[in-house]
This record gives sequence, structure tokens and C-alpha cells, in this order.
Amino acid sequence: MNVKKQFKEGLITQNPVLVQLLGMCSTMAITTTLFNGLGMGLSVLIILTCCNIVIALLRKVIPSKIRIAAYVVVIAGFVTIVDLIIQAFVPALSSSLGVFIPLIVVNCIILGRAEAFASKNSVGASALDGIFQGLGYTVVLVIMCVIREFLGKGTFGGGILNGGAGIQIFPEEYGALLMILPFGGFLTLGCLIAFVQWALRRAENKKKEEVEK
Amino acid sequence: MSFTGILSISLGAILVENFILVQFLGICPFMGVSKKMDTATGMGLAVIFVMALASMFCWVVNEFLLVPLGLEYMQTLAYILVIASLVQFVEMFLQKFIPSLYTALGIYLPLITTNCAVLGVALLNTQKGYNFIESVVYGVTGGVGFLLAIVLFASVRERMEFADYPKAFEGFPIALISAGLIALAFMGFSGLKIW
Repeated sequence: MNVKKQFKEGLITQNPVLVQLLGMCSTMAITTTLFNGLGMGLSVLIILTCCNIVIALLRKVIPSKIRIAAYVVVIAGFVTIVDLIIQAFVPALSSSLGVFIPLIVVNCIILGRAEAFASKNSVGASALDGIFQGLGYTVVLVIMCVIREFLGKGTFGGGILNGGAGIQIFPEEYGALLMILPFGGFLTLGCLIAFVQWALRRAENKKKEEVEK
Repeated sequence: MSFTGILSISLGAILVENFILVQFLGICPFMGVSKKMDTATGMGLAVIFVMALASMFCWVVNEFLLVPLGLEYMQTLAYILVIASLVQFVEMFLQKFIPSLYTALGIYLPLITTNCAVLGVALLNTQKGYNFIESVVYGVTGGVGFLLAIVLFASVRERMEFADYPKAFEGFPIALISAGLIALAFMGFSGLKIW
């Protein structure tokens, strides 16, 4: 088991959102307050880890012809569990994420990791993969939330800090409302991916130069 | 069910609450198959068809199976199974009876299962408490909204090949930003109501 490598892959080099470009609907749709982003990220982390474990356990039992259908059933089962738990204990999150919690079923990250990783690796490695990929997703969500919330409303930590209102960094009327609207989601994610592409390419070029020397 | 009600749902689904550009449902196929105009159109048409069928069947399943048995909490699971089998069925049907359309849509059909617009429309129908006709109208017009968005986006993207932009934005980022600009244009429809 290669914990360090998996950690780095999940968070940076194989980040589910920024590099593999999976699960973009929820990334752009719900990242308007820190509360939403954290809630969504953690839900996906838990579901992804559980699904990876179960699918890795069943990987020798499931016939390859119907594997996708089997994965979908496993995923939908865990999503339903998490959905019900959130409804029961964190109703505020449930009402602000709305339809996007049940829609985790069709979040390509989970099906993608089941197909690409959990169906081929041991239970332990799959569990770690779930945790790290889930963390990578959560980190991206949190970054998006912080940027959009700050530029759009001038607050930090909306929904969590300061009794839910968030800490006001600059007066709300100077915020660019645009960043909270759908356009802000597209723009922020586009710039983030561009930044990661630039950084990864630079790192690669540096490596090449060192080899040449 | 009044005519005006149906008109209002259609207008909402196509323009005001466009599935892709306003509600962020179905971004993956929107980004994935919008490089060329003809594949984008094919995908859009397939999505209209599947969304209409999915709204229909999910409404029936919910009304006559889940609600009487008190199993509403199994909605997500039931709907995704209905959609997955529906897509499979549509694929087999087209292959047998309309092979030309089947070859045209080809690879895009199975992809529709994981299109969140399809599951989204089924869940939203239930959430909004639509009746059978309203559900079907919402499904069809939601699909039309998807088609409109993907066709607009594909035509922008075809032109982008000749555009000059920073190298770091190559590929996905620039596509996202142009999609954002289209979304900005669609913001103009917000608040639009017939009465």
C-alpha cells in the first residue's frame, strides 16, 4: 500500500475535479457558502469511502457484464442512507443542498472510482482511495466556496461562523453578486482548472530540464 | 390542468430555469459532447426523449408503487433503477426498429444514465408535486432547454478553435468560461413570467 502516493494523487495530481474533471455539476451548483461546500464534500467523502469498500469486497462476486448496474445499486443505497441521516440531523443542510444530495448517485466521481480503482484493488487500498479522492473533492469545494462567497458577499464561513451569517470582511453592497450566480461558478472553476494546468505543466517542464542537465 | 399552467412550466424549464445554465444539471454531457454541432444535436434529442420517458415512468412508479407502500424514502434508488433500465430498453428498441437513429446516437445513449438532468427531472417532479401531465411537460421542455443550451454552446465552441487565449486556459477552462458567459446571457430571462 502506497499511502503517500495515493494522498498526493487524490489531492493534486489526480484530483477528481481539477484534473479528472468529474462531478462538476455539484461543484459549481452548491459552492455559494462554506457550509454547503463542507457539507457536500463530507457527504461525498463518506459515500465514496463506503462504496469503495463494499465494491472492493464484492469485486470477485459481481459478474463483469452487470457490474455498472450493481455499482449503481450500491451507490444509491449509501446515498439514501446519507440523505436520510442529513434530513434527520442537519435539516438546514438538507434544505440548502436540496436535490443535489440524492443526485450524488449520478456524481461521476463515485462511479468513476468504483470502475477505475475499487474494482481492481484490495479493500484497504480502496478505502484509502475513497478517503483521499473525497478529500480532494472537499478541498476543491471549499476553495470554490471561499472565493465565491468572499467576492460575492464579502463574507467568510457563511452558514457556520458567527451564528450562520459568516464574518463580514467588507460590506455586502460592494460584493459582486455575479460570483454567487451560476456565471460565478463557471468562471471560478474555469480559472482554478487553468491554474492547475499551468502549475502541473510548469512542474513537468522543471523535471524535464533537470533530466536534461 | 390549464393551458396557461403548462405554458408557464414550459417557459420556466426552457429559459428561466434552464437545466444546464441555471440549475447546473447535466454539465458532464454538456461539456463532453459539445465539440461538434451534429453530435451535440444528437445528444440533445436523445436527452429530450429519455427525460420525457423518465418523467412518465418515475411518476407512475412513485404514485402507484412507492406512495401506497409507504416507501417514499426509496425514491432515489427506485428512480435510478427505472432510468437505467429505461435507457437500456430504449437502446434495444432503437437498435431493432430504427437502426439509423441508433447508429446516429450510438455511444451517447448509455451515457444518458449518468446524466444528472434525467434523475434531476424525476426528483424535481416529485418535489414540486406535479401531476402526470405536468411531469411529462416538465420532462420534455427540460430536454428542449438542454438541447437549446448544448446547441448554442457547440456553435460557440466550434468558433473557439480559431480564438487566441492564454495557453493555460487550453481545453476545459476556456470552455467553462464561455459556458459561463452563455449562462450570464440566460440570467436575462430570470424573473420572466407570463402573468
